[in-house]
Amino acid sequence: MYELKYDEAVCEKCETVDCLVKCRYMTLDRESAKEERLRLIRGEDSRVLKDCITCYACEEYCPHGNHPFYLLVDRQEQSETWPVPVPLTKQQIKMMAPKGRISPENVQAPVLNMCYFPMLKGCIQGRLFEGVSTIVGSDIFCNIMWLHFAKNSAIRERLPQVVNNIWQYYLRDSGTQEVICYHDECYGTYTQLAPAFGIDVPFKPIHLFQFLTEKLAELKDQVRPLGMRVAYQRPCSNRLVPETQHWVDEIFERVGVQRVDREYDRENALCCGGILRLQQREELADDILKKNLDDMSAAGATVCVFNCPACFFTMGQAVAERGLMPILMSDLCRAALGEKWWGVF
Amino acid sequence: MNETYSELAGIVGERYVSNEPEEKFIYSRDQGTMEPCDPDFVVMPDSTEEVRQIVLLANRKGIPIVPMGGGLVLSGLSRPLKGGVVLDMKRMNRILQVNETSRYAIVEAGASQGMLQAYLKKHHPSLKHSVPDAPPIATVGGNVLIHGSGHLSHAAGFHSEMLNGMEAVLPTGEVVRLGSCATSPYWFSRAPLPDLAGLFLGWTGTTGVVTKLAIRLYPNRPFNDVGVFVVEDPEIVPDILHRVTGVGLAEDISAWMTPKPDWAEGFIHINVNYSADSKDELGWKKNLIRAPLRKYMDEKTGGFMMLPLPMKKPFLEAPASQLTRFADVRKGGGFEYVGAIMPIELFPEAHQMGLDIAERCGTTYSTGARIIGMGHCMMFFFAYPFNRADPSDVKRAGTALEQTNRGALDMGGIPWKAEAPAQKQILQRMDENTRELMSRVRRMLDPKGIMNPGNWEVD
Repeated sequence: MYELKYDEAVCEKCETVDCLVKCRYMTLDRESAKEERLRLIRGEDSRVLKDCITCYACEEYCPHGNHPFYLLVDRQEQSETWPVPVPLTKQQIKMMAPKGRISPENVQAPVLNMCYFPMLKGCIQGRLFEGVSTIVGSDIFCNIMWLHFAKNSAIRERLPQVVNNIWQYYLRDSGTQEVICYHDECYGTYTQLAPAFGIDVPFKPIHLFQFLTEKLAELKDQVRPLGMRVAYQRPCSNRLVPETQHWVDEIFERVGVQRVDREYDRENALCCGGILRLQQREELADDILKKNLDDMSAAGATVCVFNCPACFFTMGQAVAERGLMPILMSDLCRAALGEKWWGVF
Repeated sequence: MNETYSELAGIVGERYVSNEPEEKFIYSRDQGTMEPCDPDFVVMPDSTEEVRQIVLLANRKGIPIVPMGGGLVLSGLSRPLKGGVVLDMKRMNRILQVNETSRYAIVEAGASQGMLQAYLKKHHPSLKHSVPDAPPIATVGGNVLIHGSGHLSHAAGFHSEMLNGMEAVLPTGEVVRLGSCATSPYWFSRAPLPDLAGLFLGWTGTTGVVTKLAIRLYPNRPFNDVGVFVVEDPEIVPDILHRVTGVGLAEDISAWMTPKPDWAEGFIHINVNYSADSKDELGWKKNLIRAPLRKYMDEKTGGFMMLPLPMKKPFLEAPASQLTRFADVRKGGGFEYVGAIMPIELFPEAHQMGLDIAERCGTTYSTGARIIGMGHCMMFFFAYPFNRADPSDVKRAGTALEQTNRGALDMGGIPWKAEAPAQKQILQRMDENTRELMSRVRRMLDPKGIMNPGNWEVD
């Protein structure tokens, strides 16, 4: 049930082994990468199982779209190589469980999926979001985060119901088949992960960036260029959907900010460190955070833009202490419209 | 009775004495399960001299006196078991002195935790005292005298160990000073004199009325953080506590176990609070505290929660407001609480006992432990909220309380701030000569037996 669409033959024939060679957290030359790749294919023990920080980047690096990361997570779970201490994993599984409190609701297009971030509903206001219906809660939580916990079983168990909930309780009678995903994780889940696991998605996911780009185009006469130098913190889940990256540049152009040239951006982006802290790799997380902030500062950024709420909550305080303003992408757009934006720091 | 009323009014003023039914009702009980006992009078003195005169009056007439601080002890220790006068100390709430250099404060016995906390924040922001997880109206003095503990107890022990000295009115009316203040104008410590403060610590008001105390203060550092270590297996908790206390950097270490919220059920959470003068120092301390727990992180049997700032805030509060909310989870204003002082190796046994008793008695529970000193012992708490308006709920909580006291004693612990029935259980198991010594001390100090009778009675 929900077999991963992964082709061993494609992997075995791959000469570049970019999934492992390009990893910035493990050092593997091509020969040893090939060896470890075979171990993973055969379901044998591999250092990769233990050393992987679960940053998703190998999904982007794979030139064949063969889902090496999903395989790795399956192998971690099969071999019980838990990246996160077991009590924390079990606790998170309970914390994020569907509460069964969902009920049919009349929504109308555009429908915005806030995943399990009710605390961010304050962001959804102003001219950008006029007429938008929001949906949020544990029963529509996309569950992709279990990739960080070697718990593909939780994804297989919960995701089909989540997809069904979104469709049955909200979209089916709404007259729209589109749902805007506030979070990269949701968009990645419904466009990439679900198909990879053979889970049907009856609605059309729209990335928040696309929605924002189109709204800013509509409201272009009201936009006041912000004239700031910004660093962008690319989230791990965007590795699943790198094709959405061009919208970041478009949005920045439309709101009149300059994306600083820096080392740890785009394909070279660094993890926010949240998952590393859960994996108890605190010193590595601190080290990566410092590199990232040093890089932002050296490039002259005065603002750090997030799209992932988890990155925002993980890094926000440190960013602010460094003298940069942490801000969510949607709030940045609202600021360009001259609106006061929501924020926690 | 009218004559006594008049004499009391003559001492404290008409406004501060009452024998009206509404006052008698309120002062007859606390939030716990113990049966109410009506006082004959409630009196609120304003000075040591007034306390002295009340004690002399009570002595002359053989009227019981029950000193009371915030009245939040939950085990009914300020109920007047044999009637008499409840001496409510809340008017004596002055903060008399703060010695910033030697870090201590002299307060009257009715000064509340909230008042001292606010006073220090305003006038001496570089200092703090150890705050118990009690409502802010709980008194500093009351908590010291019951061997309370709080947010600096890992660093500095029981609150009674943070006591530098005191002023007390003996049951026969003499005013004494104990500690350095007996000989010096400074209240800097109980050493090096013969330590007589113990005559009033843990005696629950049966040996006299404490009117002033000096307590130690500690640096209030600007950078604060908390790590919450989570495990499933209670058997590994003593070793974890031993390791993390051995580092000696935490201010407070406490464990908590609760079935609500759902995600907390089945796990043991160990909060480790620490502070620093700089961000760098905070980081070093974090790494040093984590280091001895690496074994469990590598084995994947335990780990620190990832706490973004909004989730962290409640764990940095002193007192913890979440506990207050839990206390009324059943509504109806009932909350029973057994703290038992025991060595940390008894953690698994105590944890299991709490679960068993809650299940057997059909009560909601919350258990946990605050580590005292560098892991020398812990105050393991078993909390059972109940609805006072539901007699069956009260009975369930009362049964749970009784079973918990017995279980704690059976495993080698000692119930803390024990209510009268639990005091009897403790005395039954106490060394015979110690028991006799307690009796002799009490007879010597209080020949007429007027001080909080019905508590710690050996005979």
